[in-house]
Amino acid sequence: MTGPRQPGEAGRAVTVVEPTEVTAASGPATAGQVIEAAVPAEAAGATATLRVFRGEAGQDTRFEDFAVPVQEGMVVLDALHWIQGNAAPDLAVRWNCKAAKCGSCSAEVNGHPRLTCKTRLSDLDLAEPITVEPMRSFPHIRDLVTDVSWNYAVNRTIQPFTPPADLPQSEWRWQQADIDRLQEFRKCIECFLCQDVCHVLRSHETERPFMGPRYLVRTAGLEMHPIDQADRRPYLKELGNIGYCNITKCCTEVCPEHIAITDNAIIPLKERVADRYYDPLRWAWRVLRGRLPELPVGRELPVFPGGQPPAASADPQADGSEAAGTSPPERRDEPS
Amino acid sequence: MSEPIETHAVDVLVIGAGGAGLRAAIAAHDAGARVGLVCKSLLGKAHTVMAEGGMAAALGHVAPDDSWQVHFRDTMVGGKLLNNPRMAELHAKEAPERVRELESWGAVFDRTTDGRILQRPFGGHSHPRLAHVGDRTGLEMIRTLQDRAVSLGIDVFMECTVTRLISGAHGICGAYGYWRTTGRPVVFSAKAVVLATGGIGRAYSVTSNSWEYSGDGHALAYDAGAELIDMEFVQFHPTGMVWPPGVRGLLVTEAVRGEGGILRNRDGRRFMWDYLPEDRRGEYAATDEEAERWVRAASRSQPTDARRPPELSTRDNVSRAIYQEVRDGRGSPHGGVFLDISYLPADHVRQKLPSMYDQFKELADVDITKGPMEVGPTTHYVMGGIRVDAETGATTVAGLFAAGECAGGMHGGNRLGGNSLSDLLVFGARTGAGAAAHAAGFPGTPYLDPVQLRVAERELGEPLERLDGEDAYAIQRDLQETMQTLVGIYRTEADLTEAIARLADLRARWLAVRAPNGRAYNPGWNLVFDMRNLITVSEAISRSARQRQESRGAHSRVDYPDLDDRAWGGVNSVVHRASDGTMEVGTSPLVSMREELRALLGGAH
Amino acid sequence: MTGQATSLRGILKPRGTAPTGAGATSRRDDWLAAPLNVGFWLAVLVLYATFSALVWEPVFGVAHEADGYLSPFYAPFVSGEGFPAWLSPALVTLWIPIGFRVTCYYFRRAYYRAYLADPPACAVGEPRIHGRYRMENALPFILQNLHRLFLYLAVVLLAIHWIEVVTSFFPASGARIGLGSVLLLADITLLTGYVSSCHSLRHIVGGRLDCFSCSTINRTRHGAWKILSGLNANHMVWAWASLFSIVLVDIYIHLLALGVLVDPAIRL
Repeated sequence: MTGPRQPGEAGRAVTVVEPTEVTAASGPATAGQVIEAAVPAEAAGATATLRVFRGEAGQDTRFEDFAVPVQEGMVVLDALHWIQGNAAPDLAVRWNCKAAKCGSCSAEVNGHPRLTCKTRLSDLDLAEPITVEPMRSFPHIRDLVTDVSWNYAVNRTIQPFTPPADLPQSEWRWQQADIDRLQEFRKCIECFLCQDVCHVLRSHETERPFMGPRYLVRTAGLEMHPIDQADRRPYLKELGNIGYCNITKCCTEVCPEHIAITDNAIIPLKERVADRYYDPLRWAWRVLRGRLPELPVGRELPVFPGGQPPAASADPQADGSEAAGTSPPERRDEPS
Repeated sequence: MSEPIETHAVDVLVIGAGGAGLRAAIAAHDAGARVGLVCKSLLGKAHTVMAEGGMAAALGHVAPDDSWQVHFRDTMVGGKLLNNPRMAELHAKEAPERVRELESWGAVFDRTTDGRILQRPFGGHSHPRLAHVGDRTGLEMIRTLQDRAVSLGIDVFMECTVTRLISGAHGICGAYGYWRTTGRPVVFSAKAVVLATGGIGRAYSVTSNSWEYSGDGHALAYDAGAELIDMEFVQFHPTGMVWPPGVRGLLVTEAVRGEGGILRNRDGRRFMWDYLPEDRRGEYAATDEEAERWVRAASRSQPTDARRPPELSTRDNVSRAIYQEVRDGRGSPHGGVFLDISYLPADHVRQKLPSMYDQFKELADVDITKGPMEVGPTTHYVMGGIRVDAETGATTVAGLFAAGECAGGMHGGNRLGGNSLSDLLVFGARTGAGAAAHAAGFPGTPYLDPVQLRVAERELGEPLERLDGEDAYAIQRDLQETMQTLVGIYRTEADLTEAIARLADLRARWLAVRAPNGRAYNPGWNLVFDMRNLITVSEAISRSARQRQESRGAHSRVDYPDLDDRAWGGVNSVVHRASDGTMEVGTSPLVSMREELRALLGGAH
Repeated sequence: MTGQATSLRGILKPRGTAPTGAGATSRRDDWLAAPLNVGFWLAVLVLYATFSALVWEPVFGVAHEADGYLSPFYAPFVSGEGFPAWLSPALVTLWIPIGFRVTCYYFRRAYYRAYLADPPACAVGEPRIHGRYRMENALPFILQNLHRLFLYLAVVLLAIHWIEVVTSFFPASGARIGLGSVLLLADITLLTGYVSSCHSLRHIVGGRLDCFSCSTINRTRHGAWKILSGLNANHMVWAWASLFSIVLVDIYIHLLALGVLVDPAIRL
């Protein structure tokens, strides 16, 4: 028992709720299902204090303390559910799968952006209250819930997957080696923790928008697709403002899916943008050749084992790949 | 009531943005309809993301002799022949096209060595058939559909709960709901409504389902007068986590067994040998050696003459086997059995089952490449659902359509793993097109009956205004306990009667439930309406289960342990709302099967 | 949520509730330790390098070469003949490795965090050092995009440096295996690891391809990319190890030049 604690300087109202009953998360022993656990929870009797950010947007917010009985293997989301079921039924928490697969329960636990369903109490210091706050980079709605709709707005600006028009899907062939990279990016569960922790989005007011790590990862998954035809580099440079990223890697540190966001997605995209806009050798080459279209970077079509490559589309450069991509209104083709 | 309610007019309103809802929205959009897509949580968080193993489609990339006919037969046999044969046929025929279509929208499936979509074996499937992406196929599917829907410009209403359907002279013509973030009411006028709300898992305390699975579609359709069929068939997935308590019920994908996972009891015995049904024993390996040979071949996607391991029996059978092992005292320390894949190379396990590896490592401190997992049955899926027309997804109520888990008939008495994701795609697409066609023929504009709106509005406000009463969490706890203990894997007449009585009590308590502290993102208040739906659905399950006096597929009666084809082999259970508002349960003959389909079943019928 | 927007213009993120101001955070761990540590050691090594390249020989007259070993700061060696006295011969080539390291994706992260506090640590508030955040979208940091230019030059220097290290085993006095040679060899191995693990190199070698399996050349490049990706995962380790080793070897050679140490060597 840590007992009642005074919240920190931010606290106003204090509610200390003593546990009234210890309810097993799985309910009482059941006849219709697997028999209940033979081992009692070792930690029975132990208590953790959760200091939870409460309040509605536009009103006074405060921290409230809750004493929660600890069970073995308990995660922060379990503790929040216990609070909902026993102390504060109106505690707003966004959650769905409770298995680190949907990315809904993002919050900041002791100041660290985390999925609460994956943050185990046993990894925290229970002698002190555990601070649980909403994702701070987004507008607050209520308690631990924030308005993340901005992320969806950014997503809509990315040119979707653009396969070649004249190559039917039945002809598509590629190797696992071609897509290992993409599958890492596609593990993303859109928890938006990377967007939350990114200091550009969190601490700065930029005059132009920054798409954020999540959407750099998505764009990387499209750009590196073996048969995607679009060129999103002008978009990345001019509209997504990839240059705002200064690769300080916080996004990688918080990613619950362990995607190497910075090394595998953002830096390769920065390099692709550099290919087009900042490469001195390529620039010299273009000048020498009278500004011909770029070298065909990443534009190869797969070779088809046992089949002929489709005749017309073998060289998408023929019709000028520069025009095939996104066409932002004011894109510039050369470095300024 | 003074200020006007926010209203949106669409042609087709799709409720639920999981795989079926998204696919239906895309299909309706492609058919020219103006589509609105409503979901309870954020876009892309729907339960489909939790699907792990893959989607079944007879592409024949790994086993060239696979075909829709074999897939059809596997589905019907797995469903104990209660399936709507037309649905099973359409599903088997159209699944490959839907999977390829998904790839053309940007999905990135695992590959065969010749560069095509790789397929993995699964329980009850005669051939390796599941197109997959490691063990996160559902995530890949929902992200692909989500991006597709967004790029088509479909309107999405996120964090919005529908509490009532509005009906008019031409059938269903709208829906009433509220925004979860603000609690403000919102009304949709629609010429057709598609329900794609998923399942009912939240009725049970041990479940692999998320909170969203509160049977909304089932209950909305039931309230609107539609028929629910086969509700007694609730699938208990054999392998959920059992420890630690907080993650109890969390799914352990069947892909673990598909990749070669072995089930053992406390004594180390591979007990599935003892539980193979006699008439199907020939389809399974005879020895450990043959099973291992099959696993080695499968891990390299090579054809083999070895037969599949006994762990790949159908889910109902494996669940019962695990249950009995535990009941007879041969379980693992935490009340499950052991599932072991650690005999395969660690790298292979990590590559094929990455999220299982993470899940056990992070939540249970178990390294599945080094030791066994502890698993036990968990509520996973409801085969029963709203009765729909196979071709269009139309329910028995005009203007109302249903697809995905909340629709019934496709899976009969037991669903095969992997048939769910393909079901979402095949019938999502058909239902979206069906709803769009209905909307196109809708005469005039929908008229939203103000009386119905007022009733819905009042229902929304009442729990907030009551000055005393218990909160909805108490009802949830008691409901889950009731369903878990009385309507679980094994059922008896007495238990089911008791459950029905307790549900009546819960309904009475629900009428007095209180939810203080305002409308804005108030989960205590939101839960009230989930509970209303769950009580209805639970009653439908209990009544259907009490009616079916036999054991078939996922429905096991202790007091009627045998299959009774004469009395029950030819009928579906049907539940509908009687004119006096009570729940009426009965039966209806199975959908008839064309002769050429019957021939495909061989000796199975 | 309606329709597909075609432009990000105007889609600025609405303001959140993150606490502002230097060091504002709810973190309780010792988040300050990492930037302080990195900042300190980076400063120490940079100051020493400046001292060695600009002060030691021109001011104190300590040679940058001893026993046929050349200080790595001066490698590859360009004779200082004809240069004004204030221009250390080290500077003739030193700008290349300096530029390479300054624009290096790892060191950028290190000094952005340690010196610009942008951010000092994850989920920690920042001091207001610039009104308008533009970072690598505008001068001066947009020049970080020239990393690949320094890479091209660094690869050339590295090749020359290798030749010098190998020849250090064969001075005019006859073949020998000296501690200095071994140290130089270790140093250049770490340097090679550092250059090989470069993000730009990884991109140029294979990362820019979309389809790895499409041709024999692509398959070969994919193989190389995979190896470089393995090295790249430890780019930070290579970066620090090679930085420390340069300084240590430089100290060793200067100690030889001062006569404090004698190079133990097996003469062949």
